Amino acid sequence: MASITMDNLCKVYIGGVKAVSDVNLDIADGEMIVLVGPSGCGKSTLLRMVAGLETISDGTLKIGDRVVNNLEPADRDIAMVFQNYALYPHMTVFNNLAYGLKNRGFKKAEIDRRVREAAQMLEIGQFLDRKPRQLSGGQRQRVAMGRALVREPAAFLFDEPLSNLDAKLRVQMRVEIRQLQKRLRTTSLYVTHDQLEALTMADRLVVLNAGRIEQVGTPMELYSRPATTFVAGFIGSPAMNMLPAEYLKTLVSADDLAHLPQSADLIGIRPEDLSLAPPKEGEMALTGELMLLEPAGAESHLHLKLAGLKDIFVARLPQVPDVSEGTALTFSLRRDQLHPFDSASGQRVA
Amino acid sequence: MVENNRWGNFFAHVILILGVAIVVFPVYVAIIASTHPPGTFVRGVMPLWPGTNAWENYTTAITEGRSRAGTPPIGGMMWNSFIMAMAITIGKLSISIISAFAIVYFRFPGRIFFFWIIFLTLMLPVEVRIVPTFQVVADFGMLNSFAGLSIPLIASATATFLFRQFFMTVPEELMEAARVDGAGPMKFFKDILLPLSITNIAALFVIMFIYGWNQYLWPLLITTDPDYYTIVMGIQRMVTGGDSEPLWHLVMATVVLAALPPVLVILFMQRLFVKGLTETEK
Repeated sequence: MASITMDNLCKVYIGGVKAVSDVNLDIADGEMIVLVGPSGCGKSTLLRMVAGLETISDGTLKIGDRVVNNLEPADRDIAMVFQNYALYPHMTVFNNLAYGLKNRGFKKAEIDRRVREAAQMLEIGQFLDRKPRQLSGGQRQRVAMGRALVREPAAFLFDEPLSNLDAKLRVQMRVEIRQLQKRLRTTSLYVTHDQLEALTMADRLVVLNAGRIEQVGTPMELYSRPATTFVAGFIGSPAMNMLPAEYLKTLVSADDLAHLPQSADLIGIRPEDLSLAPPKEGEMALTGELMLLEPAGAESHLHLKLAGLKDIFVARLPQVPDVSEGTALTFSLRRDQLHPFDSASGQRVA
Repeated sequence: MVENNRWGNFFAHVILILGVAIVVFPVYVAIIASTHPPGTFVRGVMPLWPGTNAWENYTTAITEGRSRAGTPPIGGMMWNSFIMAMAITIGKLSISIISAFAIVYFRFPGRIFFFWIIFLTLMLPVEVRIVPTFQVVADFGMLNSFAGLSIPLIASATATFLFRQFFMTVPEELMEAARVDGAGPMKFFKDILLPLSITNIAALFVIMFIYGWNQYLWPLLITTDPDYYTIVMGIQRMVTGGDSEPLWHLVMATVVLAALPPVLVILFMQRLFVKGLTETEK
């Protein structure tokens, strides 16, 4: 168990490409941190720097009180779960779990105890004599987890561990990993590109974009008060609608936007904040023509055309309304649910 | 699928049977010929049924050869061939797997350069470099020795290249997982890479063994001492040695014996061999 401290971490590849720039992050002991961002944002690189699989170009990395910049992965007291599991194909499940312990010179009895304990925790006890190719994807995933567990490391590092599983299994494993992590209270760093996975699993969420941290916070902080337009667009599904303030002024009354600062020239509206009920006190109205209705069982996504706006505006309702495409619909929205941004800097202004 | 029609089937089988006959017939003739007494062939009629002299012919070939004409017993030559082929095979496999390991997994200056140098030697088979190689071997005093027979043939670009290709298909994460698991480069090689390569090693073993066993020109060139003659040379000496008629029954017995070990190696390694050529480890 240990904290992880990143101080101005940078990764510059040969040729000058900067994959990670000036990342500062303190991860508390026992915390589950999820790194999320689009492909190529540097999240995997950052994780691999913590693991020791990528060199650190600049800055310091501490695990516990130790600076580990120049330590081999094996000496950092971390365990990693890989995206494609990286199980040793010629070894039985037992030996896959035991390999790291054997290399560290653990006694046979201790190895046996730890492997069986982990196998029981992950319910893979009956597979210990099998080879990885005889297992299903979900079972392989558990073995990969087990290999991390038996080490009892200071920190777990997960590199998109669920992206090779089907949707149903992914949800199930997500819950199991989170429960396991809460039970063991082991510091964890988890990389994913799936914002839903990020929101549901994290104690704190780190959104990365182009190698920089956009925002750090609890999932709900990031969801309800995104600090930048990038975070606003990345967290939440469907993505937040972004309207120029000038344009919005032509649609709604001046009072509706009076509470926003002058510098706010880009206004974000979450699709799920809109409702079809008539506007009440403190609410504003927005009218658009329904282009497409996407029913999704318990909810529906409405693609709307607003007068004079090129982009499609999306609303999400907690039911499937009985409306036909081509009709004009009026939505209501609480004024305090507008997200004001400065378009030049991309920063939130209030 | 091609339609199942009777005449099609018939022709397919005729062609297959013909093909098999063309390949098998000479081998059959050799085996038959090795079982007849010395006089049979002088009469100019090729018998097609086994004779009665098999035991006698083979024991003569193995233990005596054609000593008076300067061809030592086959038994000793087979042993020489076996040692040479094994030395070449094991030498080739160990050197090429280690060089491939270095080229794929280590970043050292000149890595690409060395790879291309090794690759270039593909263009220089023994026959091309035979004169300089002979000079080098002679200067080292390795004429008439097993070292001289095998060492110059050990370097193998083919095997290095095949191992390199195989190593590049091994996911990088395996190496990373091993690093996290505390395995250094040599431990990774021994515990993970080597077991994964086992089918490739078996396939290459067969190919290299046959290559080594079939060496003709090189042993012919550097051995003058009958103690180091190999069997493939022996066949030739058997035919041309002496002034008298070739002893065809002994020649054929030698041929059959010379063909036997490669066949045994293939039979023995067949399962692994086929797997290595057709299957990639997932």
